[in-house]
Amino acid sequence: MANPKPEELIRIDHNPPKTAWMDTRPDFKPGMFCYASKAKSLEYVGMPNPRQWSVKDEDWKLPENWQEIFIEGLRERVDKYRSFRLFLDICVRCGACADKCHFYIGGGDPKNMPVLRAELLRSIYRKYCTTSGRIMGRIAGARDLTLDVLKEIWYYAYQCTECRRCSLFCPYGIDTAEITILARELLNLLGLNIDWIAGPVANCYRTGNHLGLQPHTIKDSFDMFVDDLETISGIKVSPTFNRKGAEILVVIPSGSMFADPGTFTTMGELLLFHELGLDYTWSTFASEGGDFGFFTTNEMAKRLHSKIYAEAKRLKVKWILGGECGHMWRVWHQYHNTWFGPVDYLEEPVSPITGTRFENAKSNKTVHITEFTADLIKNGKLNLDPKRNDNLIVTYHDSCNTARGMGLLEEPRYIIKNVCNNFYEMPENTIREQTFCCGSGSGLNASENMEQRLRGGLPRANAVRHVHKKYGVNMLACICAIDRAVLPPLMDYWVPGVAVTGVHEMVGNALIMKGEKKRTTNLRGDPLPGMEGE
Amino acid sequence: MGLLFSFFTVVILGVIALVGVRTMHLQYFFGVVIPYLAFAAFIAGIVYRVLKWARIPVPFRIPTTAGQEKSFPWIKSNTIDNPFTSLGVIIRMALEVLVFRSLFRNTRMELRDGPQITYGSTKWLWMAGLAFHWTFLIILTRHLRLFFEPVPFFVDILETLDGFFQVGAPVLYVTDLIFLGAVTFLFLRRVIIPQVRYISLASDFFPLFLIGAIGGTGVLMRYFLKTDVVGIKELMMSLITFSPAVPAGIGTIFYIHLFLVSALFAYFPMSKLMHMAGVFLSPTRNLANNNRAVMHVNPWNYPVKAHTYDEYEEEFRDKMKSVGLPVEKE
Repeated sequence: MANPKPEELIRIDHNPPKTAWMDTRPDFKPGMFCYASKAKSLEYVGMPNPRQWSVKDEDWKLPENWQEIFIEGLRERVDKYRSFRLFLDICVRCGACADKCHFYIGGGDPKNMPVLRAELLRSIYRKYCTTSGRIMGRIAGARDLTLDVLKEIWYYAYQCTECRRCSLFCPYGIDTAEITILARELLNLLGLNIDWIAGPVANCYRTGNHLGLQPHTIKDSFDMFVDDLETISGIKVSPTFNRKGAEILVVIPSGSMFADPGTFTTMGELLLFHELGLDYTWSTFASEGGDFGFFTTNEMAKRLHSKIYAEAKRLKVKWILGGECGHMWRVWHQYHNTWFGPVDYLEEPVSPITGTRFENAKSNKTVHITEFTADLIKNGKLNLDPKRNDNLIVTYHDSCNTARGMGLLEEPRYIIKNVCNNFYEMPENTIREQTFCCGSGSGLNASENMEQRLRGGLPRANAVRHVHKKYGVNMLACICAIDRAVLPPLMDYWVPGVAVTGVHEMVGNALIMKGEKKRTTNLRGDPLPGMEGE
Repeated sequence: MGLLFSFFTVVILGVIALVGVRTMHLQYFFGVVIPYLAFAAFIAGIVYRVLKWARIPVPFRIPTTAGQEKSFPWIKSNTIDNPFTSLGVIIRMALEVLVFRSLFRNTRMELRDGPQITYGSTKWLWMAGLAFHWTFLIILTRHLRLFFEPVPFFVDILETLDGFFQVGAPVLYVTDLIFLGAVTFLFLRRVIIPQVRYISLASDFFPLFLIGAIGGTGVLMRYFLKTDVVGIKELMMSLITFSPAVPAGIGTIFYIHLFLVSALFAYFPMSKLMHMAGVFLSPTRNLANNNRAVMHVNPWNYPVKAHTYDEYEEEFRDKMKSVGLPVEKE
């Protein structure tokens, strides 16, 4: 399906329609939603109501008592999550969140205003969980759960990337991610998932990673990296897998083992670890730091990530180093310790190179790779030549999750400023805690919903275009695997001439290694600045 | 629909008090019974709602981090917007509750030709919200004059400051003006901004009309239709000493005012106005961002079925061995 041209897509009407939102049925527009989950994906992990169904069909093949299931599920969850009930109760509809959502900015659909997205479910909560809603009905903002309403909730629960930008501006901290997460849980009780999430979840459960890479395939991928790195640097790195007794277990998103430009980030990490002489191992079992289960149910999220600590325990490592990935770090940082703690079989993380104790990770024993590398640079442990990245004019995109679910803002910037000479920030309302989503997070990085992604990514692209025009920025750096997968097409569409890189790819380029040959190309095989003729 | 419904509900409330006092002479009912009931509903309702929230677990520690995390001593962390300690959380909450820190960040998106999207700072909602809540609090505090003898010193100070400009007789309180202005602003933006109007429910208009009417009757009483303040104080003192007695001669406007206030009190616990208490319990604001350093316990955390390494190796053992990966069982 052809996408509209940018000049068509940008004609956005932010005015709401004449009909009240409760009377406006959603228009399931091709390009704006993902395909339905397949039966086999749900079956594999034992999730409810596996069957073949299609979003465009009138009949979604729901269980007979679907209303009862949904409402019981809702009642159960408002008593299990204080956040959920509170956020359903206290919104005053001030509208501060409305124009903070990238989908609303890029699409103009009023139900993508976070407040209204939440009202879709809030109206059901009022009807079935509050006295005033039961008695007063519509005048109290309550409505019946009909099939149309359910479909509407589905449509918009998969038009939120759980980026939490709205929660930053909400005077009560109402977090739409929390609403969406639990709305998706309820939908999953009825088997209403999307293929792009359900598929990776099933893969991840079986093979340890979303892409379904089997152990020998992972090994093959790394063998290729090793060969490429030897060609580029003259150094043969020798990564180990599933090795017992290593000091550190390294876990990265599987996208970075498989697809460009993420693979270049992994290659950069391989060079770095080799140069440090780090005693570490990869795992083909814990081969995914990300967690699409998190976009399904909290239980599924926990089921998928159990493998990470299990593997750390089996391999008897001391602590875990996590790679560049966004939602992975929301889960690692805000959920892991609660699910799996106390992690007393691992040790408090200490950098074997600098001796720095990672005090902020002393309990759950996971360190972010930009924390690790920033500490190396600060302590002068790396020999870096930023001139090797002089062909790059870089800006940095904070991933939503590391920014608003963690606060990892300075570490990546510190690294970037040490490995490249040309760095420019995007406008301040679009970075750091106010960063805009790539438009494809939370499992919405499929291809059939490309228009939705291009619209959702517009605010980010718009900010990149600003620095592209002003400073000639040609490289968008990020620390997220989904970013690396989805930003390249987004840039090609809105800001041609800007490529995408992980931070550790630039580290790998700038790193002067002991015994390396004279490098003529960067990790992508492109000539280094000044080496174009060689 | 919500707007008209709310408007007429408030009008009807006013008429009920008017008719009840002026034609039916139910001074005791409107001066004693209703206020007692409303106040009881207010207290009981708030306690009920807060306890209901409070007994629900907080399964995960999910602060919205609005600044640099605490990592290394050489990276300056934002100890308030991304608090690591309880002290930081207290300061963050204080700023949130007292000066609406999050709303202060507000921006306004504009889609311009170019095309270009810009995000300008906008402080109108923040200012109006702040003006509304603070003047409401000051006006409420000034009312303590009617409940205490002698009048507490801070009430005197507040009144002196509030009447600083010494305009008119009785002296005009600046807060009265600001309060009515802010309510009007909040109402107008709800009607004028298309998006905000689109999301507004009856329960958004009703409190605005009700509070506006309370302010309006209060101003009428103080500045225009002079009422018997001594009599009102006598009634209020009798209420709080639980020896209710209604003095004769208090104007009807007072009873209307009191009835609307009672309506607000009774309505409060079942409405969105509970955001006043709820904001303190908000898990994205009232938790420290120290998840990796301190374990947060979920009381209903339960074991889940996971795919084990043994099952994994069982399925892939041959493939693993074929590329030289170590296995547990040969």
